[in-house]
Amino acid sequence: MSALAIGNLSFLLAIPVIGAALLALLPRRNSQALFTVALIVSGIDFLWSIKILSGFDAGNGAMQFLERIPWMPAFGIEYIVGIDGISLFLVLLTTLLMPIAILASWSVQDRVKEYLVFMLLLETGMLGAFVALDLFLFYVFWEVMLVPMYFLIGVWGGTRRIYAALKFVIYTMAGSLLMLVAIIYLAARHAELEQVLTFDLLKLYGMSLSFDQQAWLFCAFALSFAIKVPLFPFHTWLPDAHVEAPTAGSVILAGVLLKLGTYGFLRFAMPLFPDAALAAAPIIVALAVIGIIYGAAVAMMQSDIKKLVAYSSVSHLGFVMLGLFAFNTQGVQGAIYQMISHGLSTGALFLLVGMIYERRHTRMIDDFGGLWKVIPLFSVILLVVMFSSIGLPGLNGFVGEFLILLGAFGVMPLWTAAAATGVILGAVYMLWMYRRVVFGPLKNPANEKLTDLNTRELLLLAPIVILIVLMGVYPRPFLQRIEPAVALTLKKFPVVVTTQAGADSIAGAEHSKHGR
Amino acid sequence: MDVNLLPLLPAIQVLLTALVVMLRDLFIEEDKPRGYLAFLSLIGIGLAAAEAVALWGAQETAFSDSIVLDNFALFFALIFLLVGALTILSSIHYVQQVAIHEGEYYALILFAILGMMIMAAANDLLVFFLGLETMSVAVYVLTGMWRGSARSSEAAMKYFLMGAFATGFLLYGIALIYGATGSTNLNSIADYLLEQPAEWPLYLIGGGFLLLVGFAFKVGAVPFHFWVPDVYDGAPTPVTGFMSVAVKAAAFAAWARILTHKLSPLESDWVFPLWILAIATMTLGNLLAIGQSSVKRMLAYSSIAHAGYLLIPIVVGEEWGGMPLLFYVAAYAFMTFGAFAVLSSLAESDNPRESYRDFAGLGFKRPLLGFAMSLFMLSLAGFPPLGGFVGKFYVFRSAVLAGYLGLAIIGVLNSVLSVVYYLRVIVAMYMEEGGAEGKSFSQLPFVYTAIILAVIGTLYLGIMPAATLDWSRSAFSSLQ
Repeated sequence: MSALAIGNLSFLLAIPVIGAALLALLPRRNSQALFTVALIVSGIDFLWSIKILSGFDAGNGAMQFLERIPWMPAFGIEYIVGIDGISLFLVLLTTLLMPIAILASWSVQDRVKEYLVFMLLLETGMLGAFVALDLFLFYVFWEVMLVPMYFLIGVWGGTRRIYAALKFVIYTMAGSLLMLVAIIYLAARHAELEQVLTFDLLKLYGMSLSFDQQAWLFCAFALSFAIKVPLFPFHTWLPDAHVEAPTAGSVILAGVLLKLGTYGFLRFAMPLFPDAALAAAPIIVALAVIGIIYGAAVAMMQSDIKKLVAYSSVSHLGFVMLGLFAFNTQGVQGAIYQMISHGLSTGALFLLVGMIYERRHTRMIDDFGGLWKVIPLFSVILLVVMFSSIGLPGLNGFVGEFLILLGAFGVMPLWTAAAATGVILGAVYMLWMYRRVVFGPLKNPANEKLTDLNTRELLLLAPIVILIVLMGVYPRPFLQRIEPAVALTLKKFPVVVTTQAGADSIAGAEHSKHGR
Repeated sequence: MDVNLLPLLPAIQVLLTALVVMLRDLFIEEDKPRGYLAFLSLIGIGLAAAEAVALWGAQETAFSDSIVLDNFALFFALIFLLVGALTILSSIHYVQQVAIHEGEYYALILFAILGMMIMAAANDLLVFFLGLETMSVAVYVLTGMWRGSARSSEAAMKYFLMGAFATGFLLYGIALIYGATGSTNLNSIADYLLEQPAEWPLYLIGGGFLLLVGFAFKVGAVPFHFWVPDVYDGAPTPVTGFMSVAVKAAAFAAWARILTHKLSPLESDWVFPLWILAIATMTLGNLLAIGQSSVKRMLAYSSIAHAGYLLIPIVVGEEWGGMPLLFYVAAYAFMTFGAFAVLSSLAESDNPRESYRDFAGLGFKRPLLGFAMSLFMLSLAGFPPLGGFVGKFYVFRSAVLAGYLGLAIIGVLNSVLSVVYYLRVIVAMYMEEGGAEGKSFSQLPFVYTAIILAVIGTLYLGIMPAATLDWSRSAFSSLQ
């Protein structure tokens, strides 16, 4: 790995920043032009990520597109970025959701310029966290993300936005600053043991730490990521942040930001401290399963659709954690697949909630009913997205959930059985909500004049719906690229249950889907 | 006695400028504008800074070892000069606004800088004391210069009394150390400590502790912090910025050279009390800052909290703590002074505009001011990629490397606490509706220049810290 010049990934990170700088220079009067510029910039970034996808070597589990530039050489801090099968689709998810979120924000009239600048800076922060391979650099991006999100919630959010924004920042920071101490300690230990001062993740992977050290360090990392996921009982910031955030903020928060927590576990907390991760698995799995059931149960009781979707995220992310801590190929592959699926389906749900809110200025389930007759297009798309979220076979949600349950069942059958009830509860709250909102008589006269989705809204939902179906019927191209990286990561664990590759078990899944 | 003026070159430059400014002031008629005295001062500061840069790397002593020229002294001299320049830039409009007499004002700032430079370069306890008094007396007067304001006079009185009290501690400590070692020269004292480790009289350690208390007073460490909020609150805002950055940096410079470096054999006696002091300072500073309704008072408590962070490398000791201490002082200088510069840009003669309410809506009314203030607040709270974050990172790293894991953890938890009140400023500026008034660039070109310089410094130290880290390291290792 010799020194390389600035490459593809750096451009990926730089494009939104350049766009933000460009926006800052444009006059604020013409908001249409500002939106167009932001949309083009995020679109270019998406195309750039497609370029990376096309250059990605599917059979290679190691880091690709590696770049390293010394940053603070005397202290072993470098700018190292790279991408593998684990981060590839998360990066693509981010670059896909960002133009969609900008397109969805067209109704924002207030302080458009700042809004778009923050959106683009947020994109760089998230992408950076996914591709950073130096712990210091990762921490920088991890924290940088907070600031634009803080502004997005705090300035353009709902009535309790200031409270929600502060809670979001304080929760996240409390976790991440302890991780900073752990990062410092880890690098110091490495310098002591190997006589090399470095924050390079790939070099730190191979460290031999005592179990006690691993346990403490794992705790510090895990706390930070558990808050982000959010794992029960660290989830209380999430409903507040979601409900108060503007639509695009919710889409990005649920679609991408939460994935950084689970990604952090998979990339950092688990492989850096494998013994501690294995030892902690029972606790984390227990919390994940509690989160699955609790999130679903609370979602069922919500009268606000947005809150319902927010709590459903707690439940779905519990599945991801369950899959990760199964420590086998299916479980982890399923978890990654579920991250992407959840990003698409929940992103779309928040978009749809935002669209109906823009028309009616309410999100209460009781205010609706019988929408099928007034806005059929909306209802159909909501149906598809909802089925994806429930995990209906043939759509993307099923593949991830099935792989997770398959992987986890062999290792912890009882917990998996308990988690499976979460799938049923998920179907219950979603279908119940759908019935109350879309079916039934049109009893509220205010809903009679609702207009159906316009071209812009259809345009921004279309890619998500297409992907929902595509990932449901043809998961192979995705799993194929995810698998080598997962296998490589799992090699770091002393006892790993390796069964046949996840891609093959999908065939089995297709047969057994009627059994559910 | 060897007369070698080279080590004092930048200090002499500042002294001459101060004298010129003061004398020139006498020959300007009462009602004529005096604004150009500020530029005269800035030119002098610029020349002194250029000399300091040119001398970088030199290692000399003068006046029988009582003054040294090393990178450590130069590093701090550059910080004092920089902060002095920023103070003058943000004062030009302010002093006219609140009718402070300009001639003495700029001369006093220069005298204070002179005292600080001597403090950082002193290798003899008495010379250090001379520098300290030169600085302190100038700053006492600066604090009370806004004669129309009762708060300013009260602050000056308080500062003077408390400062005199601290001076007493320092002087008594110096006397005890002299009694034990037979010298006030730091080299002789260090030799004594190395040669006769077993025979230290108890009052030598007592002397060390008295010095410690004196320094703790000067940096505003808990429990010697009571004067800080009132004094910082009452002083003219640019002077508050000058005090909370340059005066503090000078005290830390002397602390690092005298106690941490030269008297390091005594370290084991005071490391535990210092540990308590550091934790109490940052925790209390942060807790009390949360409850403030005035941004200026909040910044006063925040500067107490930052004194606590700066005490971490002092506790850690010179092996690991040296470079982080210096780097943190540099980062702290930009972000804290920047915040005070924004504050002084808002002030009006009849209305100080210092409460959170006066910031409501500022972010959209004056985007540049809002952006700059947000950047300073985020940097103070320790968000990357800003100078404050890199500073904190190395401070906490030094604690971890030296085995003070608990100190590092308490430090980061304190950072979380500080987020609450720093973000409140941002909440006010961007998330609350209000009639914030702010002046434009063309109305206040000099304050804006100071703010922009502070923004550049904060970003530079956050994004490209490598060079400054090297300078900090070479500065601390130049101590002999």
